[in-house]
Amino acid sequence: MSEKERTAIIRFRDVSKFYGDFQVLKSVDFEAMSGERIVVCGPSGSGKSTLIRCINGLESYEQGEITVDGQRLGKDAAALRKVRNQVGMVFQQFNLFPHLTVLENLTLGPIRARKMSTGEARDIAMRYLERVRIPEQADKYPRQLSGGQQQRVAIARSLCMEPRIMLFDEPTSALDPEMITEVLDVMVELAGTGMTMIVVTHEMGFARKVADRMVFMDHGEIVETAAPGEFFTAPKSQRCRDFLDKILNH
Amino acid sequence: MNRLLLVFLAFALSACSANWGWYVVNPQTKAGWTNLTFLLSGLKYTVLLSLTAILISIALGLLVALPGLSTRPWLRRASRIYVELIRAVPILVMILWVYYGLPQLTGLTIGVFWAGVIALALSDSAFEAEIFRAGIQSIARGQYEAAYSVSLNYIDTMRYVILPQAIRRILPALGNQLAYMLKMSSLVSVIGMQELTRKANELVVTEYRPLEIYTVLVLEYLVLILIVSGGVRWLERRMQTDERS
Repeated sequence: MSEKERTAIIRFRDVSKFYGDFQVLKSVDFEAMSGERIVVCGPSGSGKSTLIRCINGLESYEQGEITVDGQRLGKDAAALRKVRNQVGMVFQQFNLFPHLTVLENLTLGPIRARKMSTGEARDIAMRYLERVRIPEQADKYPRQLSGGQQQRVAIARSLCMEPRIMLFDEPTSALDPEMITEVLDVMVELAGTGMTMIVVTHEMGFARKVADRMVFMDHGEIVETAAPGEFFTAPKSQRCRDFLDKILNH
Repeated sequence: MNRLLLVFLAFALSACSANWGWYVVNPQTKAGWTNLTFLLSGLKYTVLLSLTAILISIALGLLVALPGLSTRPWLRRASRIYVELIRAVPILVMILWVYYGLPQLTGLTIGVFWAGVIALALSDSAFEAEIFRAGIQSIARGQYEAAYSVSLNYIDTMRYVILPQAIRRILPALGNQLAYMLKMSSLVSVIGMQELTRKANELVVTEYRPLEIYTVLVLEYLVLILIVSGGVRWLERRMQTDERS
């Protein structure tokens, strides 16, 4: 237990969040260890996106406590900044900056937030563009790239901040089927580097391959959490069984 | 647009034999040339006044728009009140109030030029604020989230991510405001600003040819505004090719 305490990099304690009367998160307790790869799944509206958006403070919460890398997320702007320096995020809709080139998309954070020189930022950007295998697109604008390429740029943009944790919010849901693999390949490779990853996705093949732990959410609650082997072969709850039946059997 | 101008000129000139007395501004006669240069001598004030006022009003408009988009209700309310209040004052009234009223209130004397600039900038700032608000609101939420997720603070997010995109979208509206400003600057003639309209008024008094002189005045504004719309169109095109090349 004490060892677990020491290495938990993300910790939710009894976290609740409301949209007006609607409760999106219901007393969520959740922990992620440093280097752990967690896949979060569940039906739409189950609160899984909200859960990971709380981790970098894009969503606030009303009850409980969230700590990320020792910083308590709350009203404290300095703590929020420290957390965001450690947490990268990849969005379903990529959210690249359309008025900036690929390279400028990548260097904006390092230059403005990490106070790097243009040259340093450029070096880092090119390194990560090579890692996502599109260095030749550096001077293009996002709209000139395919969806898969845009999402890989978005991953590289987050990596340029050299975060300790990467969050993925349904990174392949807006992609054409033939482009999903190129994005998942990059993510699998990233998982191999020991990065802490929290991934909301319905790509169960990916989950089987890289997840250390599966988290199933429904109606704002974490219903089940298990190692992938156990999760896919012997889910404990009926809700989880129903969900897996729906997404796996076709 | 050049054709429109020619048609208008042809129409005006064809009628000159009957009722028009173009001699007052005929550049081939010495008197006409003097009158014409007198009319045009107001040009630099009209342009200078309008440009100064539009720059100030854009800055002011942005300063008013940003709190209007805040999550804090009292900031939004302050911005709202400013816009409603300023928008309710007719521009001519604003000019009179700033020129005659403000010095009494503050004890400072303001020259005609700066009184005009302040009045026009204030009046226009409410509209600029509304334009900026709409432009900033049209940028998707995801752009803020992406900027915050790479640790940008609010000011950098606005400066490098949101405003560059918003300004591209509101450029035509900003161009409209500049054209509007050029026209509104004619009102500053009432406090004695030596701009285009004032010069025309003065010449009418000595020459008593209002039709010809005011027609020249109309053409002066027309040319200015055509230049503005051409400029805005050029800028829009350039920004588009920027992103496509």
